[in-house]
This record gives sequence, structure tokens and C-alpha cells, in this order.
Amino acid sequence: MSTQFTQVKHERAKIDGKGLILGRPAYTDDLAPKDALVVKLVRSTHAFAKIKKIDASKALELPGVECVLTHHDVPRVPITRAGQGHPEPSPKDKFLLDEYVRYPGDEVAVVAAVDEATARQAVELIKVEYEVLTPLLDMEAAETSDTVVHPEPEAYTMFPMGFEPKKNIAATYDMNIGDVDKVLSECDYTVERRYTTQAQAHAALEPHAAYCYYDLHSRVNIVSSTQNPFHTRRILGEVFEMPLRNIRVSKPRIGGGFGGKQQIHLELYAMLVTTKTGKSSKVVMSRKEVFESSFARHKMRLDIRLGSDKEGNLKAIDLQVLSDTGAYGEHALTVFTNCGSKSLPLYNKVEAVRFGGKIVYTNRTPAGAYRGYGAIQGNYALESAMSELAHKLGMDPAVLREKNMIAENETSDIFRIMGEGGEGVEMMIESCKLQYCLDRGRKMIDWNPKKLRSEVKDGKVRAKGMALAMQGSGIPLIDMGSATLELQDDGFFKLLIGATDIGTGSDTILAQIAAEELGVSSDDIVVYSSDTDRTPFDVGAYASSTTYVTGNAIIRAAQNMKKVLREAVAEKFGVDAEDIEFNGRELRIKDGSKSIGKMKDGTQSITLKEFSYDTLYHEGANMKTLAATGSFSGHVSPPPYMAGFCEIEVDLETGKVEVLDYVAVTDCGTPINPNLARIQVEGGLLQGIGMTLHEDVVLSSSGKMLSNNFMQYKIPSREDVGKLRVEFAESYDPTGPFGAKSVGEIGIDTPLAAISNALYNATGVRLTSLPLTPAKVLAAIESQK
Amino acid sequence: MTIELKINGRPRRLEIEPGDMLVDVLRNAGYVEVKKGCDTGSCGVCTVLMNEAPILSCSTLAVKADGQEIITVKGIEKEATEFADFLTAEGADQCGFCAPGFALTVHSLIKENPSPNEEEIRHYLAGNLCRCSGYEGQLRAITKFVEAKK
Repeated sequence: MSTQFTQVKHERAKIDGKGLILGRPAYTDDLAPKDALVVKLVRSTHAFAKIKKIDASKALELPGVECVLTHHDVPRVPITRAGQGHPEPSPKDKFLLDEYVRYPGDEVAVVAAVDEATARQAVELIKVEYEVLTPLLDMEAAETSDTVVHPEPEAYTMFPMGFEPKKNIAATYDMNIGDVDKVLSECDYTVERRYTTQAQAHAALEPHAAYCYYDLHSRVNIVSSTQNPFHTRRILGEVFEMPLRNIRVSKPRIGGGFGGKQQIHLELYAMLVTTKTGKSSKVVMSRKEVFESSFARHKMRLDIRLGSDKEGNLKAIDLQVLSDTGAYGEHALTVFTNCGSKSLPLYNKVEAVRFGGKIVYTNRTPAGAYRGYGAIQGNYALESAMSELAHKLGMDPAVLREKNMIAENETSDIFRIMGEGGEGVEMMIESCKLQYCLDRGRKMIDWNPKKLRSEVKDGKVRAKGMALAMQGSGIPLIDMGSATLELQDDGFFKLLIGATDIGTGSDTILAQIAAEELGVSSDDIVVYSSDTDRTPFDVGAYASSTTYVTGNAIIRAAQNMKKVLREAVAEKFGVDAEDIEFNGRELRIKDGSKSIGKMKDGTQSITLKEFSYDTLYHEGANMKTLAATGSFSGHVSPPPYMAGFCEIEVDLETGKVEVLDYVAVTDCGTPINPNLARIQVEGGLLQGIGMTLHEDVVLSSSGKMLSNNFMQYKIPSREDVGKLRVEFAESYDPTGPFGAKSVGEIGIDTPLAAISNALYNATGVRLTSLPLTPAKVLAAIESQK
Repeated sequence: MTIELKINGRPRRLEIEPGDMLVDVLRNAGYVEVKKGCDTGSCGVCTVLMNEAPILSCSTLAVKADGQEIITVKGIEKEATEFADFLTAEGADQCGFCAPGFALTVHSLIKENPSPNEEEIRHYLAGNLCRCSGYEGQLRAITKFVEAKK
């Protein structure tokens, strides 16, 4: 292992940072053609209804209205908007437009007009007659409800996943190792507890946007705020029954995604209008639409049982889950399996482990991919229960974890059994610095198990809590990324990647990886990404994959590039390619090689810059473009790890919980750009803290969303949190690019349990339902009295 | 109706409807550095300066800008460029959607209070939301920027 790096593990300013701060046109809506038709959606006002009639006559009379399209005007092809690989592990249960609407905000009709005001007015003029049906809003009632959310016969799955739409079941999953019931019955100490988590909104600040136009070749061009252009192209081709060669999808800069832009939304309707009218179109969500009609995190009910012997050796874990996927089944199965597969292996020495349950439909805003992706919910149940077990044992909760946690050169059968939608892969853990993370975290937060609570004045109490977490680095054998490098005159390189920078800085860190392998400066790598016409394939930005999967692809591309360079120089000088070496600046004949002195003009070396001009301008019939491609698909998905510690202050009078200090010691392997890795963790922590304390998608009794703006759905401001202190363990994963693992999701996982555990230490009450609002905390404190 | 105003030091005459919001008028007139994030005056990305004071252009009627002076981030480009150096050096920038509005509020903060402490920085900028960063890096960058400006 080499840690003598010149480009990676170094700070580098985000390459698009200055341009974005200066407000240069960058995001989808900044770039949309001025003549684009403005597209608006007529959306359902009911949670569940059958459309009887749509009267668009008044709207069509309005000057400037181009078209109104309903389910009568569109192809009826069941798709999933999940934005996943192929075959998709989500039910195909969504039509472009349908006669049924399944949640308030579901698409009813599409309006296109010459400007915003006309389009808005037209939406108001469209009269929809509904047969209102009884909505199913409670996931607990899904299986026995008379309401069937998906009565249509066309919905199907691409492989068996326990899909039973008549019972409102989107998918079912069960796994079992050993005899959990028997082992638990023999344990000295057990914990049995039900935890519930709420739906959380992504709340990326840029609302979803897309525009569409025909180019000079009469091909459909989609520009959108998508996290995955290639999957988007494939799904658009599927729903419009169009060969993929006729579609181009690209993304400009994206104002945050967090999984919310992995799904296909507006692209469908921009393409519908452009293909129907031949005209450019654009569609931008209002904030209300983002809340109501994009996706949210799966709401879950988690029943966990843990057991240990007297010494605190964990013997068995049983986790049974009910998950609410809302009106459509995007990511239903895979978020569910991640709930187990990205939490349970933390404690790999158990004799028995069981995980399973169902994912059900309701008439709520659909759930989809969201940072943490099941792992965050599983972690909340597991890490809360671990602290409950520690309390029963009279043991320091950190020590209980230390005794049982996974370590290097260990494995878990879960890795082999549980994949994303199918079987997993065997994996030996080659990097795991949890012990360091735990030790360092204890030191930073000043952890004293005998003094986790302290009174402060004015009826306030302070307390500490902690949790561990793991995540993954891409989906092994499924996620693929690729990269192409091309030498340019003046001796710099173009780096073409399908990977999708959604604001994380991936373009920057991927250039650093290319530069490190080539031996050149990052300044000599010019990045172009995420365009189905112009960049090689990549699955896109999800599953914590970009650094690991695309990073490894870039290393292969760079290795191939060096080979191509050596061969071209060898040919130019009539020597053997294996005698040429490249140091990033010049190509020269190796000392002591048999080619010494054989170069045609007697020189021993040529600079990359000179050679770049030669190969493009000076070599007559031998001139050529030098380019190389590399692809990567992982055999494994090495988990990053974290130890999270917090200190909170609870106001016993009001029930308000404040996070004063959050310490997160992270093992993400080599942080390719430590500043950008740190901000990924800090941002994840704050989203996790928001989910723990107040973020909640709230519906009325009829299913309408009450939390559909930033006043009702509060995301943390800079006044709402104390210190966030992030450090990295020295770690190196041999399978990662220069030792790197993922860092995008791991930060969000620990706050739920760590803060809940601290609240228990503060008040002696165990709250088992998130978020920990002042009302709930106060009621719990009062119930103690 | 027509409004006449100064945008980034230049006189402009713009056709508007009485109910138009300033953010939409500015974006339609080509000032796409003004972002639109929430429609309810809650997130701060649409911040511009009106007569040197920060306002939320998504909850300001365009007609109110008649006869006034509007500054977008392009109007403080030199200072925003300096600030960008601090922000990017700290690795405090992510998706960038909040950045132009944020840079304008930082400009106003320093103008009103050349030596803000941490609490004052957090308080003044509380209305500029960021969903990516956790705010820590921004705080470090602002603190260093304030020092350098002294």
C-alpha cells in the first residue's frame, strides 16, 4: 500500500465552485431554451380516485395553450421510475398518465402553453370529474384493506419479489441464519422493542427540472436534473417505445439530489410534449410539487429482538420490518433489503440472525431512494436496541459494541445472502477501523460511561449518546462505471465520465484520481460528465458508488492510457514499448534498457507536451488521437464505517432537544479530497439530525400533505445545531481507488440512534418513534412523573 | 405595466404584470444568477439587494422594485470572487444552488458588522438555508474571510 500521493488525499478546490458562487448559468432552468413551451401538470386533489372525465375545452380555447394531454393520449406502458439498473428490482406499476390517481399530487393531465402565466391559467380551467375512492393511508391496514391501490392488470415485476398487488404488497423478503428463536430463548439478556421511523423529504434546494428539444438530427434531447442520465434514457425509450439511438439525456449542474433525483419524473412530461408538438418544452416543479409529487423516505415499523450472554456477547438478532412504499413501488424491495444488509453485519459474531417483512402500498406520496437507503432505518433500530441491551447488562454501551463489532479480516454470511434485490456476494472485510473510530470518538466527546448525564441550570439536562454505522460502496456485480481519457495538444487530457456530479464534487475528485494514476497535475485533467451522447456509460450517482466504482474505472482508463502512450512513443522512435517509461511529464527510455541509443534521432526522451503536438500535427500518415477507456464493476462493496457521538441538551420544561456537539469519526478508506469528504459527512449528519428531531412528512386525515413547504417542513438552519466535528481514520481499502471507499451516505446513519440514546440517558425515557419532537419528549417526561 | 429600475448599476426598463414576483422578472430578464427555491420566502436562495439591503425576491412584488436599485451576485462580482476563494479553499461549497444568495447576505453582514462573532454570523445568515453542507465549512470560510477583509 502506497500512501505517498501527490494528487489524491490532497485538498483541491471544487472545480465548478467559483463559477457556481458567481451565479453563472449552470442548472437546468438557467439553460432552458427561451422559446420552450412551459409545461404544467394537473395533479390529483384526491388520495385515491378514478378519473371519470377530463374537460379541457375551456383551457384549449385560451390563446397560447398548445396542448392538453390526458391518459387517452399516451402509450400505456407500465414502467418503474426508480432509475435503477436492468432488470429493475422495482415493480413496474406506473403509467405516464393513468385513469387512476393514487395519491394527492399524482399526475392527471399535462398542459403546455407559450408562457408560465398561460400554462397556470390553463391548469385552473381544466375540469376533472373523479369517482372518489376510499384511500388507504395506514400501512398497518394495507394487507386487509378493501382498497387495492393497484387494481390494474398490467403491473408486473421483472423477477419474483413477492409482488401481490391485490393485497397491496409491493414486495416481500425473508432471510434466516441459524435458529433465532432458540438462541434468543437461551440468552441471559434480551431486548424486544418496536421502533418507527417517519417519511423524510429530500428537500434539495434546486427543485426538479427538465427541458426537451429536437436537435438538428431530429433526435430527442433531454436535459434534466437527473442523477442518472443513462437509466433515464433507457426508461424514456421504454415508455415512449423509441429506439435509444433517438434519445440523448444529459445533465448540467444539479442543485442537490440525495436520491431524490435518481427517479424519473419531469423528463417523462417534457418528452411527451416535445414528441407530440415538435416544439421545445420545459417543466420545473414548484416547491409544493417537490414535496407532494416527488418522493420521500420509506416510513418503517421495525420490530427488533436482541439477545446476549451475561458477558455481553451478542448471540442473536431478529429484525422484522413493515415498510410503506406509498402509491408506487420504486425502490420498495432494495431499500428494504439494505435495511438489513447494511446494518446487521456490524455485529457479525452472532449465532443466529433473521431479517424480513413486507413492503406495502398506500395512497401516500411514493417513497424512493434517499441517502441512507434503508440502512438508516435499520441502524436506528439496531443501535437503539444495542444501547437498551447495554443498559440491561449494566455495561458501557460503547464497550458492548466494542465486544461485538465487525473487524478486519472478518466476514458476515449476510454479505453472501443479501444483495440488492437478489443474492449478495461473499466479502472479506479488508479495511475496518471501527476500533480507532470508537476510541477517537470517545476521546473527542470526553466519554465517561459513569457520567453520561449532567444537570445544567434552568431545568435543562445534558447527556451523551453514541451509535456505530456502516454503509456500502456501490452495488457489487451490478453497478458499472467507465471513463475515457484522451490526450490533447499542449499535453493535457480530456476525462469523459458517465458519472454524475450532483453537487458532491465528484467531477473534482475523479479528476484527482485520474491525475494521480497518470502522474500529472489535476489541472491537466479537463472533465466532461453525464451525457449519454458524449460520455461512456455509468449507472449514475447512487448507492455510494461514484468514488469507488467510477474511481476504479478511471484508474483502469489511466493505466490503459499510459500503455497507449508508451506504445505510440515506442513506434515513433522505433523501440520496444516496454522500454519506455512515463513520469507524467516526459516519456523516456528506461535506464539500462536494450533500446538505449536506438531512438531515431538519438534522443532518450520526449516531453508529453511535445509528443502531443507531434501525434496531432507533425507525424504525417502516423498521426492519431490517443485515447483509452476503462470500466469497472466491483466484486465487493467495502463498507465505510462511522462512530457517532453526540452531546445534547434537553429542556425539561419544553421538551426541546438541542444537539450541542456531534462527533463523527469516519473510516472511508483514503479520503480522496479530505475537505470534500468532510463536507459530505457534515451534510449527512445534519440531514440525520433533522430527521431525528423534527423533519416529518405530515398528512391530513384525507391524505393531503400538510408539510408541503419550508415553513411547515423545516430543514435545519445554521442556528439549529452546535458543533459538527468530523475526523477520518487512517484507512486504506485494497480494492478501492488509492484505498478509497464511499463517503456520501455514511454520515446520515448514526444521529437517529445516537441522539435517541442520549435522550434516554438524559431523561430515563426511551422514545421509540421518530422524530423526537418537543411534544413527544415532553409527554414522555410527564409520563415518568 | 412597465417598471424602470437599476440592476447591477445599469438602467433597465421591464414589462411586468402587476402580480409578478421579482425573482421571476429578474430570471426572465436574464439574471439567472438569482435562483428560485421555495416560493414562500423560506430558503434564501433568491436573495438580492434592494437599495443595498438583502431581500427575498420570491416574496417581493416586482412592482416594488420600480425606481429602486437591485444588485445580484454579479453586481458584487469582485467581492464574490474573493469570497469564493475562501469558500472553495475550505471545501465548503457543494451543489452551489444557495451560493449566489448566500454570498450577497455575507456581503451585507460584513457591511453592517465588520467583526461578527460566530453567533452573529449564524444569526444573520439563518435565513440562507443549505441542504448539502451542514454549515460548518461555510462558518470556517466566513470567519477567515472576515479576518482577511479587516
